[in-house]
Amino acid sequence: MVEHLQADGEEPCVTLDAFLEQSNATAVRLESDEDARALIPFLDRLKLIEVAFPKFRDGRGYSSARILREAGFTGELRAQGDVLVDQIAYMKRCGFDSFAPEKDLNPADVEAALARWPEHYQGAADGAVPIWKLRHG
Amino acid sequence: MYKYDEYDHAMVEARVAEFSDQVRRRLAGEITEDQFKPLRLMNGLYLQLHAYMLRVAVPYGTLDSRQMHMLAHIARKYDRDYGHFTTRQNIQYNWIKLEDAPAILEDLASVEMHAIQTSGNCIRNISSDQWAGAAADEITDPRPWAELLRQWSSFHPEFSYLPRKFKIAVIAAEEDRAAMRLHDIGIQIVEKDGQHGAAFYVGGGMGRTPMIAPLIKDFVPLDDMLSYAEACLRVYNRYGRRDNIYKARIKILIHELGADEYRRQVEEEWAHVKSLGIDPPKAEFDRIAKQFTPPALDASAPDDIDRSDPDFAVWVDQNVAAHKVPGHAIVNISLKPVGGIPGDASSAQIDLMADLAEKHSHDELRVTHAQNIVLPHVRKADLYAIWQALDTAGLATPNLDLISDIIACPGLDYCSLANARSIPVAQKIAARFSDLGRQKELGELKLKISGCINACGHHHAGHIGILGVDRKGTENYQLLLGGSGAEDVSLGTITGPGFDEDGIVDAIERVTDKYLATRTDGERFVDTFRRVGMAPFKEAIYG
Repeated sequence: MVEHLQADGEEPCVTLDAFLEQSNATAVRLESDEDARALIPFLDRLKLIEVAFPKFRDGRGYSSARILREAGFTGELRAQGDVLVDQIAYMKRCGFDSFAPEKDLNPADVEAALARWPEHYQGAADGAVPIWKLRHG
Repeated sequence: MYKYDEYDHAMVEARVAEFSDQVRRRLAGEITEDQFKPLRLMNGLYLQLHAYMLRVAVPYGTLDSRQMHMLAHIARKYDRDYGHFTTRQNIQYNWIKLEDAPAILEDLASVEMHAIQTSGNCIRNISSDQWAGAAADEITDPRPWAELLRQWSSFHPEFSYLPRKFKIAVIAAEEDRAAMRLHDIGIQIVEKDGQHGAAFYVGGGMGRTPMIAPLIKDFVPLDDMLSYAEACLRVYNRYGRRDNIYKARIKILIHELGADEYRRQVEEEWAHVKSLGIDPPKAEFDRIAKQFTPPALDASAPDDIDRSDPDFAVWVDQNVAAHKVPGHAIVNISLKPVGGIPGDASSAQIDLMADLAEKHSHDELRVTHAQNIVLPHVRKADLYAIWQALDTAGLATPNLDLISDIIACPGLDYCSLANARSIPVAQKIAARFSDLGRQKELGELKLKISGCINACGHHHAGHIGILGVDRKGTENYQLLLGGSGAEDVSLGTITGPGFDEDGIVDAIERVTDKYLATRTDGERFVDTFRRVGMAPFKEAIYG
């Protein structure tokens, strides 16, 4: 489920460097060239990780999201930046559960995009059962 | 052949619906061309010099007659009555209207075809050996492995915005008919302790910085293949360069890291990825493999061929290859008639090849990376009838692997990236060497032409390669010698200063004359080049 499309006024995210220096923050922002694995020791005390998409073509954030979910992160994982309706379904599959696009998305388009795919060929971070598993039970 | 089940159908239909909606939003001005571009590219739609071009996927180059007829239908209905078969075993149409694209995709979906991921910075169509399932030298049919990879890579959520495009080829024979080591990942199915597994060669490619893929892992068991591929891709997605489009392919990452360090990073990632349970069970492979069960061929069918028609005999000698079942043969249909455009076929020719496949080849056709068509399972007794039908349609040119069997990109006649035309050069070379006796005298000679440094025409891998460049506003052609895309893979070397369009044809003639004067018995052109080196050829060319 998409919890919300816009960030509301919670604790602001600190940068990865700042977080690693004073790790009492509960919200951190990861730039696209930063290593998500640096956060793994601290996942249980993080409420929010915001992953930057400076350009929609920069797909590093998809791997960052999966790495964080695969490491057991259960807090809010937010895609921020050049987040467009046509990428949002893939983002959700990689574990994002909130979106802070720079430009507002049309909610009807978002709903249609997220409802588009009946099933998925491969396992990812959204818990969806891959088609091969549906085939073989 | 692989048949879609309800899931495969649903996925392709969802994609058609998605793209129809994206085209609608683009035509309505709701999304910009910049935002639309990666979406249309992931559906195979390019904006070329004169029109949109649609590239349709032919997974691992395999088609049935119904699908081939649909390709003819699309050429007739939406294009100018022809299509162009490509070096990645796909077909592309050069004169498509954007508003027709959704209808074309619907037509394709009705025969289990699509244009998914034939472009864009994602995992492209998986290519394979065009003789898969028919070649005597394969250890198994590579296509079930390729189909497993096709499904895994389709709509992959993590790997759809990679630094750059990503091409995978799978073979299962020692003879490499798919240029496997010139792919981002080349997989060779090998046998170890009675089990089949995948040898992973990673980081090959052509383009402006050609590289031969190093062996990254010699044996990945079937049960781990997808998680290993996932690890290879994840390391690339995270660390491949994104600052410079010309340095963004995985070959550059591996070159900069070194194969050993890349392997170490992949192993580390794989140790983690393997634990996620993303590898399908053997039952899924078996389900797919069952659909590639070899056709029931009668091994007692007559093995001799009536060669009394001399033109037919010439074609048999050049274009027909050995099949693993006695009494049968592999027919290679050349799409390289003298004066033609390499890889082009008219709708009537496509229909005819479909009919021949239905009647004589267990309903199967293949597209080759050399831009030809194959009928893989033909009775030798039917060869004469097939040849007659092909001959009537202008499809019986007996030049497979000869100098006029040229790979050429569309070049400046169509492509917005090109610096020079490729097609007229191919036509002039074919005309210069049109005498078949002369071509046969030269023997196997793979000539490949690219109209720009992106190397879609595989010029680095040609025994003779030609690269068209723009030199101060005029087309100039560089000559390369000694490349190969086969199991003896190598990269060609530039001879020296380039030539104009007629000059390059003359230079090739001087090269082939030198070869004839220098070769020893049984030596192919590329063997002679490797033995004597560039110097004698350079002297022959430039004096």
